Amino acid sequence: MSVRVQTEDFDVSQEMLVLRQKNPKVGAVASFVGVVRDLNDGDEVSALTLEHYPGMTERSLEEIVSEAKSRWNIYDALIIHRVGTLLPLDQIVLVLVTSAHRGESFKACEFLMDYLKTRAPFWKKEQTSSGERWVDARTTDSVAAMRWETTDDE
Amino acid sequence: MKIKVLFFAKLREVFETNQLVITFTESDNKVSDVLTALRHKEGVWAEELNENKSFRIAVNQEMVAEDVVVNDGDEVALFPPVTGG
Repeated sequence: MSVRVQTEDFDVSQEMLVLRQKNPKVGAVASFVGVVRDLNDGDEVSALTLEHYPGMTERSLEEIVSEAKSRWNIYDALIIHRVGTLLPLDQIVLVLVTSAHRGESFKACEFLMDYLKTRAPFWKKEQTSSGERWVDARTTDSVAAMRWETTDDE
Repeated sequence: MKIKVLFFAKLREVFETNQLVITFTESDNKVSDVLTALRHKEGVWAEELNENKSFRIAVNQEMVAEDVVVNDGDEVALFPPVTGG
């Protein structure tokens, strides 16, 4: 399965091994790991709770993976996104992409994260020293996603 | 016809519910009619679903615009712009 939404942590090297072992033609594996920080918008963050829309989340992530596969010459991709309560230093999200050469993997990996940030139904709530608050969507994330709509990527 | 409406994140908290059902007496309804029905509940509903507020709409788990047609049994979801990753 190329998409997983789970409360448990993940082991990057184990996931990487599984993803590339299937195919001896793989010459490149690109990875991205998102991690919880202890600071956001000037406030200390002690915990993060991730809510999602079960069903739509998996579906939207699978669509994003299909889109990446149609745009770049990649062999496989994996997205793992955690939900529930997470603490600073915890891993939140993993994106892995395999291809013959690095260029395709790098581009597809960045595309997957940019699209995930703006299309997959996850919401973060932060626990800060001044109380709980929902994280606002960032314009920079929309701008990052938009560049994939205007360029040819070749 | 009946439309199930789900709420997530901040909207779920402010509305103090994660879902409700809207019944339309006539057919040919759009997402915008669902929003109008919810705004008629006034208070936080009218406030959070005001046109100047930023929220997203999904119908049957696909993000859509307000002019999309809804059919009997459809699942509509309203939620804030997403913040995963």
